[in-house]
Amino acid sequence: MGLTGWLRWTWRQLTSMRTALVLLFLVALGAVPGSIFPQRGMNPERVVQYFDEHKTLAPILDRFSAFDVFAAPWFAAIYILLFVSLAGCVIPRTWQLLQNVRAQPPSTPRNLGRLPQHATFTSAKTPDEALAEAHALLKGRRFRTALADGSVASEKGYLHETGNLVFHLSLLALLFSVGMGALFGYKGNVLVTEGLGFSNSASQYDEFRPGKLVDATELDPFRVTVKDFQADYITEGPQYGQAKDFAARLGYQGSSGAAEKDYTLRVNHPLEIDGSKLYLLGHGYSPTFKVTDAKGDVAFNGPAPFLPQDQGSLTSEGVVKALDAKPEQLAFMAVFWPTASRSADGKTIVSVFPGPENPAVSIAGVFAGDVSKGPRSVYRIDPSMLTRLKTETNVLTVGQSLKFPDGKGSVEFTGYKEWVTLTVTHDPGRLPALISAALAIAGLVVSFMTRRRRVWVRAAAADDGSTVVEIGGLTLGAPTAEFDDLVKALRPDDAPTEPVAAGSTKE
Amino acid sequence: MVNTDLANTSNNLLLVTVLLYVVAMLAYAADLAGTKAPAGKKVPTGKKVLEGVGAPAPAEPVDLEKEPEEGGRDWGRFAIVVTVFGWLAHAGGVLTRGLAVERWPWGNMYEFVVAICLAAVTGYLILLVRQKAKFLGAFVMVAVVIGLGAATIWLYQAPGELVPALKSYWIAIHVTAAIVASGGFTVGFVATLLYLAAVRFETKGRPAFMAKLPKAEEFDRLSHKAIMFVFPIWTFAIIAGAIWADEAWGRYWGWDPKETWSFIVFAIYAGYLHARATAGWKGKKAAIVSLVGYAALLFNLVGVNVFLNGLHSYSGM
Repeated sequence: MGLTGWLRWTWRQLTSMRTALVLLFLVALGAVPGSIFPQRGMNPERVVQYFDEHKTLAPILDRFSAFDVFAAPWFAAIYILLFVSLAGCVIPRTWQLLQNVRAQPPSTPRNLGRLPQHATFTSAKTPDEALAEAHALLKGRRFRTALADGSVASEKGYLHETGNLVFHLSLLALLFSVGMGALFGYKGNVLVTEGLGFSNSASQYDEFRPGKLVDATELDPFRVTVKDFQADYITEGPQYGQAKDFAARLGYQGSSGAAEKDYTLRVNHPLEIDGSKLYLLGHGYSPTFKVTDAKGDVAFNGPAPFLPQDQGSLTSEGVVKALDAKPEQLAFMAVFWPTASRSADGKTIVSVFPGPENPAVSIAGVFAGDVSKGPRSVYRIDPSMLTRLKTETNVLTVGQSLKFPDGKGSVEFTGYKEWVTLTVTHDPGRLPALISAALAIAGLVVSFMTRRRRVWVRAAAADDGSTVVEIGGLTLGAPTAEFDDLVKALRPDDAPTEPVAAGSTKE
Repeated sequence: MVNTDLANTSNNLLLVTVLLYVVAMLAYAADLAGTKAPAGKKVPTGKKVLEGVGAPAPAEPVDLEKEPEEGGRDWGRFAIVVTVFGWLAHAGGVLTRGLAVERWPWGNMYEFVVAICLAAVTGYLILLVRQKAKFLGAFVMVAVVIGLGAATIWLYQAPGELVPALKSYWIAIHVTAAIVASGGFTVGFVATLLYLAAVRFETKGRPAFMAKLPKAEEFDRLSHKAIMFVFPIWTFAIIAGAIWADEAWGRYWGWDPKETWSFIVFAIYAGYLHARATAGWKGKKAAIVSLVGYAALLFNLVGVNVFLNGLHSYSGM
């Protein structure tokens, strides 16, 4: 076998149904690890956690892309092969269908009695009349017909194959749409405290994931301000504390420089601006503090976003960095309870409700030193680089203050604000993907609801001067009741009752 | 905002449903074993009737458990009547639950499984009317009684309000499609199991309690019909879910475990539909593919919420 022969053999193997089946099962199997192991694309924090918990196993798994399954080379290899196989099967079938639709229906088989459905009867009409009648009937039922050599050949139900092909081609289109979104789309996450805002530029996002072909300097320059956020909770019964509704009141300005508009952003109700979509994904508290330094100057005055440690009670932790404090920068760690209450044993304080019924903070550690040399994250400090000041753990309610030792200043818990996490997505593949998916469903349904049917009618003069009419039907799958209807319509009422051929059905 | 009286009515109706289904199951079993016997004929208890390949169903009654009723009672008809009453109680239970909580009654795992069982029985009743598939009855009842029992014992959730993420009209579209498809796949699964059993009986002989079971091809045909009917619905459920995900989470597809497994289910059942048309895969092999598909469906339904961490985690588990 030469090179071309070998290539042809490979191509035939790849596009065979058997290979396609195996590839289909491999795609299903390959997706499984993606659901078992945390994935970087969705849950990077949990991947880090997994590495901490499985020190030897994780690097080995990582070598097989277990944490990026859906971007893994081996997964791509499977689905690309599957789609090549699919294209190699479906595209030739499309040409075939186009030819079939234009060609004459297949000519009448010699022996109609061998077909799964057939019937014979005699008629007083001449053969030509009988054929003309059959021809008209089949035409009327929208069969494609051909009249030749004493018989009518007809075919119908091209929608079966058409639907099937539309389904498979739509899957290819869907894959391209998803790919287009991955190349030209982007996603940004940002945490915004009430009263503040952000503009759509890569530097303003806490996390920005551009597609490979996105120019991050060319984003639509819209602006969003979070005016306030409101969470409603269930206040009685077994679901006490469960959220009922979240709403963030926004002001936004499109990139065209138009006037600011208002929108109430809710879960399930994203805001569309300039072809991008803005979503409300999370919420939490930003307690507000006023830090006074050793000289009595205000070194920090405002909100600090705290991260919830527990979604049920919204007990949150965070740090406050007073970088303007003199002579040394100050920082402290704190816990915030939206509804503080003493635990049953009276020893600890817990939050018993996620809403701000009785907000309180506890300052867990106060540090002095070069805070700005530590981590840049607003949620972390590195205590090892700083001097810890001796303070006792204190619980402060709104308006209460804590004095730092050695005259280093003080902090007042002035209140709280709420923050929201917003996600902006831009995905040019979204609409093509939706259209492809809708076509896929339509194709599938049409294909499953129709079948290709072929019906042939032959009429010939018998010795006694009457006409013998023979009808045969061939349907993909099971026999049809339609055939019986056709026979009934063509058979004269007074026709001698020839035994109805075996294989004719009554459904 | 929960109407406690209606919620209790729902629980009671579902209890009645389970009892009726158990009765129906026993009646179907009696019918299947050929208990409807002319009076007077009796077969020694414990007798095994073995048949050769392709032998017709035995004409002799082969009841093992009960004495034939006097004059022969039509257990099959009785079973169908009980099933219809059970179905009415079941539908009533789902409806009153929905009225009690003033929302679509499939907001958590308990409600979801109860609804899938309703879809499965509905699917069976449709096949009963259109395909005379009475012989599936006993086995559908077994599956549904297990489903309802598990829902009541392990998954029960007091009626209540939904989390904000679930407050969307898409719950009516996406979850309903998933329920209908899962119910249909359940019927297909039962028929596939019976197909494999019937294939085995054809070579190894048929146990007496399945005396009136039809031939293997009949089950193959039924399971194919059921799966072919719900496969587009499952596909639609996935797409509707993707549209909802795009509204709620900011992307239409993110390989969340539930999404991943619904795709796996789609791929396996697509494999089944192709396998049935591929030489060397027809019959038993294709049937096994469809069983694997159902196992993936069950894992997606329960396992994903129990073992994996994802966004579909509001099931109350």
